[in-house]
Amino acid sequence: MSAAEKAQAAQSTRNGWLLSTPALVILTLFAVGPLMIVVVYSFLAPGQYGNVEWQFSLDGWRGILWTKDIFDDTYGLADANISIFWRSIKLSVLTTVLTFAVGFPTAWFIATRPQKSRALWLFLITIPFWTNLLIRTYAINEVIRNEGLMNTVLLKLGAISEPIRLIYTDTAVFIGMAYVYLPLMVLPLFAAIDRFDMRLLEAGYDLYASRMQVLRRVILPIVKPGIIAGSILVFVPSLGAYVTPRVLGGGKQMMIGNFIDLQFGQGRNWPLGAALSLTLLVIVTAALLIYVKYANRDVSNGH
Amino acid sequence: MLRPGLPAAQYDQNQRERVTLSQTNAVEARNAVKAFGQGDNAVRALNDVSVEIRKGEFFTLLGPSGCGKTTLLRLIAGFEMPTSGTILLDGQDITYLPPNKRPVNTVFQSYALFPHLTVAQNIGFGLEMQGRPRAEVKATVDRMLALVKLEELASRKTSQLSGGQQQRVALARALAPAPKVLLLDEPLSALDLKLRREMQGELKRLQTETGITFIFVTHDQEEALTMSDRIGVMSAGKLQQVGTPREIYTRPLNRFVASFIGETNFMPATSDGTTLTLAGGYQMPAPVLTKSGTVTVTVRPEQVKLSPTAEPGTLPATVRGVVYMGTDMNYQLHLADGTEIEACVVSDVTGEAALQAGQTVGVTFTPGSAQVLED
Repeated sequence: MSAAEKAQAAQSTRNGWLLSTPALVILTLFAVGPLMIVVVYSFLAPGQYGNVEWQFSLDGWRGILWTKDIFDDTYGLADANISIFWRSIKLSVLTTVLTFAVGFPTAWFIATRPQKSRALWLFLITIPFWTNLLIRTYAINEVIRNEGLMNTVLLKLGAISEPIRLIYTDTAVFIGMAYVYLPLMVLPLFAAIDRFDMRLLEAGYDLYASRMQVLRRVILPIVKPGIIAGSILVFVPSLGAYVTPRVLGGGKQMMIGNFIDLQFGQGRNWPLGAALSLTLLVIVTAALLIYVKYANRDVSNGH
Repeated sequence: MLRPGLPAAQYDQNQRERVTLSQTNAVEARNAVKAFGQGDNAVRALNDVSVEIRKGEFFTLLGPSGCGKTTLLRLIAGFEMPTSGTILLDGQDITYLPPNKRPVNTVFQSYALFPHLTVAQNIGFGLEMQGRPRAEVKATVDRMLALVKLEELASRKTSQLSGGQQQRVALARALAPAPKVLLLDEPLSALDLKLRREMQGELKRLQTETGITFIFVTHDQEEALTMSDRIGVMSAGKLQQVGTPREIYTRPLNRFVASFIGETNFMPATSDGTTLTLAGGYQMPAPVLTKSGTVTVTVRPEQVKLSPTAEPGTLPATVRGVVYMGTDMNYQLHLADGTEIEACVVSDVTGEAALQAGQTVGVTFTPGSAQVLED
């Protein structure tokens, strides 16, 4: 490469940076900026009527797991907080598992349709996105509440003698989230299965694999990227879900999202809210790192 | 094969022979029919095919695309079930056995290697699924790697291999579980000419070394002729002729077989059962069992001899064109009754044509080279 060419290459690199500067600046301001504000707030003291007092305090962070006794100022474990964390993680994992269990056959079904009807099926999958999440969640509420559609029909049919109490339970939240996030599982799974070479199925059967073995040893390892993507897309928003637990959990079956909201509202404890948000971020990141690492090792072993 | 109009005693004899023969047959199809689609739109990919493939032979199913050869292979592999008819393996009825229960393995046209596994894991897949002990799997995989000369690539992913290497992995993977029959679905069609030649030799070597029955599907007649012990020529869902490469080439039963394998000439003739009379009164002895009446005679171009003048006792023809083919000189000839035939003569040292276009020449055929076709 001549000196002139080198200079030209350097020039084009500079131009590249120059052209992407606006985007980079916006990204920095709007992604890193707010996060920095949250970090700073988490180390301040709560103000009387919301907002913050500008003095350093670790109370926000301490408040995540510990609670101050109002009589003797000693700290004890906050059982309520721990149960909220536990419920969030449990329901998110269950939601991910259920959406996979329902989403995989769905995605397989769509991917094995003829090219023409496939577009229609995909289109149908995206229809729920057209309606506001809140409306859809209230619709589920309408179906499962004590005097709702499900119980009315079952009572009329005489299948049950008294309403099934489902609304405002963990199960209701779980069903609601699985419904809301199902498309997020189906779409990446579809993309992965669509790329799957169906001739490998015959190769598997030909080499003495049963249907179960073909699923476990051929299909699942090959569509694994789709499973990982789908799981992340469902697990992450589930963990921070706000609307669904609010409407279907009735404010009692709180998840982290509702708990954070509470701190910025009635709780008037912004530092605790900020610290909780960062904790959620850490949990999500840690979960993803562990999951991706585990999944990758799995692929390279081929088992 | 049962022929209509056979006396009952002879039919029984055939039946008895078939029962004893099936002991030595690796695979047998009896009256296999495979129809796709429903009702009036149904297409018969296989139309009443019966064939017996012997143990340890290299059997080739040869035919143009859409002739049903791959369908027959898929029936033997178990990927499809016949609409009617029976498939036997070692004399056992396997017609409705699923593929994973058949001791038969396939080398796919697309290879269908598992992209998430290494070369060694691909080869060991079948053995693992059979539940063989770990040590045995490893030993067999090593033996297979050596057999197809891929020892250095054992831990590579299959996507990092060339076409020829992928081909070898597919072969080793199908051979590793030591199947009773190996099915090969046009495995060489994706390779370039040089590699294809090489793999042809390789396949033949593997077949001899392992002693496994190979059923090879191809549309390439040269491939079929050079590799096979026997060939089954297929067309339009039917088996047209089964025989050794030599039989198929020199004694084609019908027009399709004659024209699909190699170049050939067709000439109308009249037969009185012992003598064939061609256009211009040229006569030659008829092969035994030739029927009387109007028949079609076929002669390969290399069996057509030319003399510079139309002497008596030869078939007069006019040279229409000469094509220099390197080793051969190809003459297009025009017979008195308007039939076009070709003669293929080994080129002389100068490469000059001995005969010129427009010249009248005398044509004779090598004795015994003329074949009378069934249709």
